[in-house]
Amino acid sequence: MWRAASAAAIAILVVGYVGFAQGVNEAPEGVELTGNWVSRSFTEWNTNTHRAYDFLGMPLNDAGRAWALSHSEEQASEPERQCAFYSSTYFPYGFAPLPMWKETELRTGSTVAWVVGGWLDVVPMVIWMDGRPHPSQYAPHSSSGFTTGVWENDVLTTYTTHMIANLLHRRGPHSDLATMTLRFSRHADILSLTGRIDDPVYLSEPLYVSREWELSSVPVNRAAVPCNVAYEGVPEGTVPHYLPGQNPFVEETTKLWGIPLEAVQGGPEEMYPEYRKKLKDKYVRPDHCVANASEIAAGGCGGPGRVAPVVN
Amino acid sequence: MKKPQLLIGTVALAVIVLMLQDRGYGQGGRGAAQGNQAPQTGKAAAPFDPTGYWVSLITNNWRFRMVPPAKGDYAGIPISMAGKKVADAWDPAVDEKAGNECKYYGAASIMYQPTRIHVTWQDDNTLRMDTDAGTQTRLFQFGKPSAAPAKRTWQGSSAAVWEARRANNAAPSARYLKVTTTNMLPGYLRKNGVPYGDSALLTEYYDLYQERDGTTMMIVTAVVQDPVYLEQRYIVISHYKKEPDGSKWDPSPCSARW
Repeated sequence: MWRAASAAAIAILVVGYVGFAQGVNEAPEGVELTGNWVSRSFTEWNTNTHRAYDFLGMPLNDAGRAWALSHSEEQASEPERQCAFYSSTYFPYGFAPLPMWKETELRTGSTVAWVVGGWLDVVPMVIWMDGRPHPSQYAPHSSSGFTTGVWENDVLTTYTTHMIANLLHRRGPHSDLATMTLRFSRHADILSLTGRIDDPVYLSEPLYVSREWELSSVPVNRAAVPCNVAYEGVPEGTVPHYLPGQNPFVEETTKLWGIPLEAVQGGPEEMYPEYRKKLKDKYVRPDHCVANASEIAAGGCGGPGRVAPVVN
Repeated sequence: MKKPQLLIGTVALAVIVLMLQDRGYGQGGRGAAQGNQAPQTGKAAAPFDPTGYWVSLITNNWRFRMVPPAKGDYAGIPISMAGKKVADAWDPAVDEKAGNECKYYGAASIMYQPTRIHVTWQDDNTLRMDTDAGTQTRLFQFGKPSAAPAKRTWQGSSAAVWEARRANNAAPSARYLKVTTTNMLPGYLRKNGVPYGDSALLTEYYDLYQERDGTTMMIVTAVVQDPVYLEQRYIVISHYKKEPDGSKWDPSPCSARW
């Protein structure tokens, strides 16, 4: 009798434990992230139309600003880098679609991972939900890094480590010590994606960046495309860069938008409202809207019909 | 361990696990009224504490927010032909002459500005939000909506509810604050005359996050719908970091130019 009773109690314990574990890992009932999410680019338009030297609002430290002065965007054309792809920090910055789906364990149906699909220049991000630990700090790093996730107050919260040194999309550098926290917060058919990026090498303070997405019934690309290396004008074995005082783009943003150079180069104080006092007597509002080539390609100064609607 | 002790121990452990499940361990929040109980007040039902001083962190679209952009720069806003016509005629001197310096400080754009906000409970069903930029006051009303005021204001009338992401919207799963604002005076989405009109509808979602280092963040997702001046809904997200006190509170009047 004792054996049977104990077996029953253990069964209750096991069932309870499994339910408890699933309660942590599984999406709360009725909270669904699977689908095709389309980036809207309203919150962050600058990334779409970036300038070569524009670090407005980036909390760069001295090392970050030194990187910015020496960096040449021609590095993307190095044969060694063409297929390196952006890191997972692309997602809160990028304007690519955001297809999401979950991978399940076949026998139990429990969620092993969520996957955010890749695109032309970013590899998919796998968000492990099965409780596995992050690897040793000495483990290999990659563009996508290593990401784990938990549900916090019905929001999918992820934590990424082990990314190789890369770009914060086109807004600055991050080192291989950078970490990223993402929060996927759904409100009806809107997905708010907020990222926090910490980097002891290039950032003075955590960088917060957000982007909004709308649900679409039209399927979007779900995986990175194959990458082939081609000659893009930079010979193999060379690293395009600028020596001190030779970056030709440093004054571009100031000339076009009237924003003082001290702001263009980035810094943590730029994120706060009181920084406007420093700008007030130095900023010169342009008489009319001006756009460079990349801005014209992305819609120039905007206007009716320039923002594509979400197709359903 | 003897058999009876093994059984008792196992049963006790099972009970603890089942109790944790029943509590929805890890989900937090106090939630709304259950069953036939009287509806809770907005303050009592709050799943998180929104009160205190908060500062906006301007990292997205810095050049549109920290400085007034050039006239005719509508990039990133789904402006309509009617909206463009208004924006192209924008003249800050006209606004100053008419006493309309606060047109860029209305509810549809104030949260996206560089500002500090001070959030308090005015009463059990009214959440009050003051801004130091433009010294504006927003009132979020929980419970039954009061009669619409006859006069439109920059901040309009805001109805608030703690809402769930879950399908049944049932307690205790309320997770975020949803605020719906109407009855606004016409204003600007950008400080270069990109307009929203008096038929605009503002819907906001407030999320609160606790970071690993103890930082508390409030994330505001704002959705502006305007059938006249926008071709589609306009969605922007703002970041607010909680501050320990009001020592950096710095009120400044509305300005049509800066």
